[in-house]
Amino acid sequence: MAAVYDQVIIGGGHNGLTCAAYLARAGRKVLVLEARHVLGGAAVTEEVFPGFKYSVCSYVVSLLRPEIIRELELTRHGLELIPLECSFSPFPDGSSLVRWPDQEQTRREIARFSRRDAETYPLFGDAMMRLARFVRPILEMTPPDAIDPGLGDLLDLLKLGRRFRQLDPVDRLRKIQMFTMSAVDFLDRWFESDALKAPMAVSGIIGTFLGVRSPGTAYVLLHHYMGEIDGASRSWGFARGGTGAVSCAIADAARSFGAEIRTEAPVARIDVRNGEARTVVLEDGTEISARQIVSAVDPRRTFFGLVGREHLDPDFATSIERFKYRGSSGKVNLALDRLPNFTSRPGDGPHLRGDIAIAPSIDALERAYDEAKYGRWSSRPYLNIVIPSVVDPTIAPPGKHVMSIFVQYAPYQLEGGPESWPQHREAFGDTVIETLEEYCPGLSDSILHRQVLTPWDLEQEFGLTEGNIFHGELSLEQLFFLRPTAGWARYKTPVKNLWMCASGTHPGGGVMGAPGRNAARALLKARV
Amino acid sequence: MDFPYPRGGTYDPAMPIPTPFHDRTAPLCTSLRWKDWAGFHAVCRYGTHLEAEYHAIRHSAGLLDVSPLTKIAVAGPDAAAFLSFVTSRDIQRLRPARVRYVAICDEAGKLVDDGTVMNLGDAGYRLTAASPIWRWIDRFSAGFDVSLVDESDSIASLAIQGPRSRAILEQAAGEKIPLRYFQMAKMSFDGIPIEISRTGYTGDLGYELWCQPEHSTALWDQLMEAGKPHRLLPVGLDALDIVRIEAGFVLQGIDYYSAPTCLIESRKSSPFEAGIGFAVDLGRGSFVGSEALEREKRMPPRWKLVGLELSLPDIEKLYSSVGLPPVLPIEACRTSRPVHRRSRQVGYITSSTFSPILKSAIALATVEGSVGEPGTGLEVEFTIEHVHHRIPATVVERPFFDPPRKRN
Repeated sequence: MAAVYDQVIIGGGHNGLTCAAYLARAGRKVLVLEARHVLGGAAVTEEVFPGFKYSVCSYVVSLLRPEIIRELELTRHGLELIPLECSFSPFPDGSSLVRWPDQEQTRREIARFSRRDAETYPLFGDAMMRLARFVRPILEMTPPDAIDPGLGDLLDLLKLGRRFRQLDPVDRLRKIQMFTMSAVDFLDRWFESDALKAPMAVSGIIGTFLGVRSPGTAYVLLHHYMGEIDGASRSWGFARGGTGAVSCAIADAARSFGAEIRTEAPVARIDVRNGEARTVVLEDGTEISARQIVSAVDPRRTFFGLVGREHLDPDFATSIERFKYRGSSGKVNLALDRLPNFTSRPGDGPHLRGDIAIAPSIDALERAYDEAKYGRWSSRPYLNIVIPSVVDPTIAPPGKHVMSIFVQYAPYQLEGGPESWPQHREAFGDTVIETLEEYCPGLSDSILHRQVLTPWDLEQEFGLTEGNIFHGELSLEQLFFLRPTAGWARYKTPVKNLWMCASGTHPGGGVMGAPGRNAARALLKARV
Repeated sequence: MDFPYPRGGTYDPAMPIPTPFHDRTAPLCTSLRWKDWAGFHAVCRYGTHLEAEYHAIRHSAGLLDVSPLTKIAVAGPDAAAFLSFVTSRDIQRLRPARVRYVAICDEAGKLVDDGTVMNLGDAGYRLTAASPIWRWIDRFSAGFDVSLVDESDSIASLAIQGPRSRAILEQAAGEKIPLRYFQMAKMSFDGIPIEISRTGYTGDLGYELWCQPEHSTALWDQLMEAGKPHRLLPVGLDALDIVRIEAGFVLQGIDYYSAPTCLIESRKSSPFEAGIGFAVDLGRGSFVGSEALEREKRMPPRWKLVGLELSLPDIEKLYSSVGLPPVLPIEACRTSRPVHRRSRQVGYITSSTFSPILKSAIALATVEGSVGEPGTGLEVEFTIEHVHHRIPATVVERPFFDPPRKRN
């Protein structure tokens, strides 16, 4: 059968759409197939409860590459980002800490806990910024093959090595520390106050099945400092209308370049013959052929769900099988009648315009991990809360609000097996509300609607294997030229004409779009 | 507290003086950042951090005290004829309850100011402008049966701007506000008589409200209350300066100079050169500056006000070359910067800002007419670490940001 399309992309998440937009922009005939009725994958807005628009899964945008916003003219296609103004951490003893965009204000906040930390804090930010600057260009590159390098790979590696050498010796040391240490150990080298360290350390564990004291988590801290909503390296933000607005803007851009996008078009399998992927077969039996098939679903679903083990080299199959997912988080979305009133900082002031971290102490975070290790959700989990309706009135009726609560730990492998999650869903939701009630009593009375998503739901509903929000853990051994596996980190797969373009490839998860853009670039360069 | 208005009261003559909303704005302005606007205390920004105010205008709504605007009541049988003579627009064709953007020129067709004319029906017209202009237009009143009253100090005005502004006003008024773009109406807000026009300086959905100073506090309170569920924020002039650049609006004294204040001829601009040629109605008989403007219209423009988009990747590269992360403060900049085409200077930037909503560095520039076509590649001077560089910039269409909600 003659190929109708140049590329068919499986999965209408933000990466699949980004890849499609870039390919269509280069004149390719592209089709995107999305299983659900709505585009966006995990970057999606849904009106689950009338009048309230939930950013059902992903709730903040930080790493979305500014070049994607510019190149795809996403603003013209309706994308508007609003920055999170601050980070608020209430504590059980009635104290609280807010980190503001104003440095002096932040210094005074921290000084109430530690005068030393207060003055160290901006220095830490500068150091992280320098290190993030080293890492940032890596996000935009197709990873060189470091295991079996060709000439081009060697050149790329050499360039990286030179960049590393250009770093200040102190920064080089810090870089090595970050690769090897735990978030807490690393922060201990800078700060003394738990009130500051606990909310900072959590950036090292989000989306991983690790604790704040697990080695390797220091590196993930760095990702926090790569958020660059405004060209300048700064801050995290909301998309006006919810995170789905990011996907919609990208989809709109893709369509404007001529891409075709179909929803409710679930793919059953990829037809592979003689080691070559040729046709996508939909669940309704429709066959669609293309010169290349690009998978925007995670590696396990791509290779075992759609391709089939029989078409894979056994060693490759094993390495994909061992790629770790281990989802560790859940999500609770609330429709609220009024704004929450925190005991430690009453009222509806600007402290609600940012993110709110329930991370009472390092020990509490580590205890939360302990429970998860043995298959239980944390009885007092770490919560990362945002109330986007405070700055974006389009997502809730006037005066009402939407609260998004990211919850860690909620291990996919529950004691009774992951299938037992649905029985525990509401109990898990209750744990989250009880935890939050300790900081804002009366919250329960203001809840109009509650949506609870367990790792099981994330897998069943959004196709995130084991509920991992990043299409595979963002741990060091699964990054860069090892993502998803050594030798196959350049978006191409061992199955001829089959490519990957989503978070399971370099540089990984988050509403970043970089894998989609990088993959499109690699595809356009490839000789077919 | 009684507000020391109207004039002749007991207020301290020290300048600047408070606006009619000062009792409300002063406690909210925790940053203590004010500036003098036409002799009034005007808030630059309420908090230390500007972004929330900017985003309020673009995503919910912002409430801005614009009382220092120059406002002149023009009444009498010849009011329309007079305004048609002193402004660039044919005001005789301006229907009641409509507003029109106008330029005011001198006899040589050079810009004096820009503003709006509102047709208030039986009450005559209101002319607003950026600077005190009463004397300037009064010079031309001989032979017209017209009265000119400077109401700048006796009308309090608020701008409410942003996508939620309509919803907030409708809530405060308890009725629909079906005003179209550049329409106006008289209304009563819970007993407070106001005039409301769908105008503004933000390029977004927005309104301006006009009332007697004695009602100012009550009006402010009503709007803030109605705006609460819509996340209305009071905003100052710093945020306004960013959004007006995004909207491509020129500012007198920054993007062009008022002709009578120019010591040298080269500082003067015509409306065509300042990018507001669309506001010049020619072919309707003689008016102040018409001859010169007719003449200029026939010639290719010598200068052109254009939008420039500076290349962010090149800015980032420059910063990177000195080992720094890119620094793009969210704040409008009014420093003039030379614009080049190859080896030659072809113009200058007058206003520039990083646009948070567009994620790009944008500027308003005056360039030679021959290089003013959209798509033209130019170079802009850029200083990093005390060293001059040039970075690529492209001429783009104005407005930079033009949401459909502005007109719909």
